[in-house]
Amino acid sequence: MTFDKLPGRWLASLSGLISVLVAFSAQAEYELNMTQGVTPISQEIYNLHMIVFWICVVIGIGVFGAMGWSILYHRKSKGAQAANFHESTTIEIVWTVVPLLILIAIAIPATATLLNLENTDNADIEIQVTGIQWKWKYTYLDEGVTFVSSLAQESRDVMNSDPTGHENYLLDVDKPIVLPINKKIRFLFNSDDVIHAWWVPELAVKQDALPGFINDSWAIIEEPGVYRGQCAELCGKDHGFMPIVVHAVGEDEYAQWIAEKKAEAAEVAAMAAQEFSMQDLIAQGETVYQANCAACHGPTGAGIPGAFPAMTGSAIVTGPIDAHIDIVLNGKAGTAMAAYKGQLSDVDLAAVITFERNSLGNSVGDLVQPSAIKNAR
Amino acid sequence: MSTEITHGDVHEEHHDHGPDKGLMRWVTTTNHKDIGTLYLWLAFIMLLVGGAMAMVIRLELFQPGLQWVEPQFFNQMTTLHGLIMVFGAIMPAFVGLANWLVPIMIGAPDMALPRMNNWSFWILPFAFTMLASTLFMEGGGPAFGWTFYAPLSTTFAPDSTDFFIFAVHLMGISSVMGAINVIATILNMRAPGMTLMKMPLFVWTWLITAYLLIAVMPVLAGVVTMMLTDRHFGTSFFDAAGGGDPVLFQHVFWFFGHPEVYIMILPAFGIISAIVPTFARKPLFGYSSMVYASASIALLSFMVWAHHMYTVGMPVAGELYFMYATILISVPTGVKVFNWVATMWRGSMTFETPMLWALGFIIMFTIGGFSGLMLGVAPVDTQYHDTYFVVAHFHYVLVTGALFSIIAAFYYWVPKWTGHMYDERLGKIHFWWSTISVNLLFFPQHFVGLAGMPRRIPDYSLQFAEFNAISSIGGFAFGLAQVFFLYIVIKTIRGGVKATDKVWEGATGLEFEQLPSPPPYHSFTVAPQVK
Ligand code: HEC
Ligand SMILES: [Cu+2]
Repeated sequence: MTFDKLPGRWLASLSGLISVLVAFSAQAEYELNMTQGVTPISQEIYNLHMIVFWICVVIGIGVFGAMGWSILYHRKSKGAQAANFHESTTIEIVWTVVPLLILIAIAIPATATLLNLENTDNADIEIQVTGIQWKWKYTYLDEGVTFVSSLAQESRDVMNSDPTGHENYLLDVDKPIVLPINKKIRFLFNSDDVIHAWWVPELAVKQDALPGFINDSWAIIEEPGVYRGQCAELCGKDHGFMPIVVHAVGEDEYAQWIAEKKAEAAEVAAMAAQEFSMQDLIAQGETVYQANCAACHGPTGAGIPGAFPAMTGSAIVTGPIDAHIDIVLNGKAGTAMAAYKGQLSDVDLAAVITFERNSLGNSVGDLVQPSAIKNAR
Repeated sequence: MSTEITHGDVHEEHHDHGPDKGLMRWVTTTNHKDIGTLYLWLAFIMLLVGGAMAMVIRLELFQPGLQWVEPQFFNQMTTLHGLIMVFGAIMPAFVGLANWLVPIMIGAPDMALPRMNNWSFWILPFAFTMLASTLFMEGGGPAFGWTFYAPLSTTFAPDSTDFFIFAVHLMGISSVMGAINVIATILNMRAPGMTLMKMPLFVWTWLITAYLLIAVMPVLAGVVTMMLTDRHFGTSFFDAAGGGDPVLFQHVFWFFGHPEVYIMILPAFGIISAIVPTFARKPLFGYSSMVYASASIALLSFMVWAHHMYTVGMPVAGELYFMYATILISVPTGVKVFNWVATMWRGSMTFETPMLWALGFIIMFTIGGFSGLMLGVAPVDTQYHDTYFVVAHFHYVLVTGALFSIIAAFYYWVPKWTGHMYDERLGKIHFWWSTISVNLLFFPQHFVGLAGMPRRIPDYSLQFAEFNAISSIGGFAFGLAQVFFLYIVIKTIRGGVKATDKVWEGATGLEFEQLPSPPPYHSFTVAPQVK
């Protein structure tokens, strides 16, 4: 091939550019455009997105083309003389009606998709999703399985230094939610505090989790895999740090996971009857504290003045233990201090309270056993 | 002819009516030109303050990880950046332009209510000082986003929120007074022969904007008052535990908020409709359809508020209605763009700085319009909502839209205001520098948004790193370009080639045809006759 001629050169560089772009977008497709996702709805939404996008591109070519033409050819420096027309009812009607028809063409498929999206009837599985500053609680309503899922410790460890190289930084959790494929799953959303929004792009589910009201949405996942998402509604300080991880698995694996979760719960319940040493409680409490309390009260217990009280030297933490147990169990209405009795087990509660009293610069010297928490509930 | 008459008036009869000297001139002034200047300077200062906050945001987002600021402070930056840009930069800039231009465009000697005019301005510096002071209070400033959704802004907000509420009340009072003034001026003080359908489009769009302001600013005042009583006086408007509903907040807020975005773009339409004909040397195409399109946009803007709330769990019938009404707005908006293009068509175009900014506006505002149409399609919005795609969208309409039109207006009218031409070479550098950097800044945000990056997060996962770095570099460059603009502004005020009275070869309108550059302190003390 000869590149001597100018058009040849143009073509060559154009094809070069295109191949670079294609290579780039093949490798980075996910980074440039909306995902097609793994549910029927996500695919429909993607198609609709692309239709509207291409309509915009075509209109854009028309408008910017006409503008570009004027700019190139109707310029004074080229000797262009200004015409004097400034009105045409016909043209005005045309460019009112044609866009209207285009809009109707968009509205028809959009209506169908929306109706489909909102149809949560006949679900196989129902899962309650509760937003809590800054984690998600999942309750499998049919199975009685419930757990809280928060940002993985690995992400927390590196966020103040350099996270490069940490795969799934900020998109990993301690306990992922496991869902079966090819089942209609209905999610029920609510919140314990402010408004959050549960969003997993591959499932095309984004729904606000409201305090005091229940919203719902649904998904049928067609491919097994790991799908990640984030909270999408500003919910305070750590809004950026409450990710979602979904493991979509086959039916058998799902059943097995449910069984494991139930066994785990039974084990935790049995542990509540045991007596623990101070050391064990403090060691366990440290983990619970860092995962659940440090976001507000600070990793060292210093709090944030004006917003979240310090644990170090706090009158409640260093005072009578009953008041301490009460605020952690029941929270304080009208403040960001949530009730933890629905989120943590008896052991974890006993551990974190004991930890606060005997660490973070405090040394009250007493401890509380899980059995006492059980009674206080 | 009438130019001379105006001159004569000033020198022979009103020579004692020149401006006072010193600081008190600005404090006590009731002159529309002085007040316009004050508003424009306030807007510029706020642009730089809000811009500095944007720089903090872009700095933190330059690379993954938390390097510069704490998440809580980051949230204060996004919140105050939004509030300051909306209420401190864009809106006062348009009010400043209205003050300067409406009287000299309609042949009036001043605004109808000059003392109130002084008050509307002087409230604002106090409001913004109060708002900014929250940053130094215990617990920090407001950190719940410029949309301040309850209950994050009520039960879960810092104490400084009460100062925020009071500041918003003051801004609202100022805006409503400004709007009343604009309406009273336009309806009562037009020169003989200036019928409504002969008014320049800037006057028309401001008249419509003023009605929008009067209709919705009280709604904003209402919603912050409800917050205040929820916070302190035991009501539960937004608290489900007391029988209220947090979603009610969003309905009330967006009933204000959606017309608000048109408040920030309608005057821009007026500016572009003045500039394009001048440099195409051809009358505006479809004047009356422009007026009707502006009015229909304004009406529709009251009926689409819940398109900001597609994920909040509305009944499906509501979502369908809001989707249809929303995408309908693209029809009158399209008409505007088509009319501008038709005005250029077969014109005799030149490309002085104001025209460059106007052309930039048309192209980039249209891009923002396209993403707006996409966002209006409810089921797809499930994926776009609260991502960087939305951030890209509204920055295209508000920065390359509203802000670009304000800058275009500056270059277009500053020779009239000061009697000095700006430096054409610097103006062009400013345009290209801003245009390239602003696209580096906001275009990649479409991509990260589509790929799943939520807005209002201080840190992000690694796959968004490249585009965020590009965006930050664009942001720093764009910020610097506006410091350069400050230099151009000061240079132009201080001196420059003397501007002719007509300023531009193709300029039309009373301000160019009947007033000298600069106009006397009191102009049109005798009303001109409009043919
Ligand atoms: C979302 C933020 C947040 C989280 C997470 C949080 N707290 Fe709190 N906590 C608060 C706030 C706010 C208060 C102050 C309430 C008030 O106004 O009295 C508080 C108060 C307390 C107090 C009383 C302190 C005093 O001096 O009044 C204790 C004890 C406490 N929290 C323990 C915990 C424990 C244990 C955890 C973890 C299991 C935890 N908190 C998690 C926000 C939080
Ligand atoms: Cu959240």
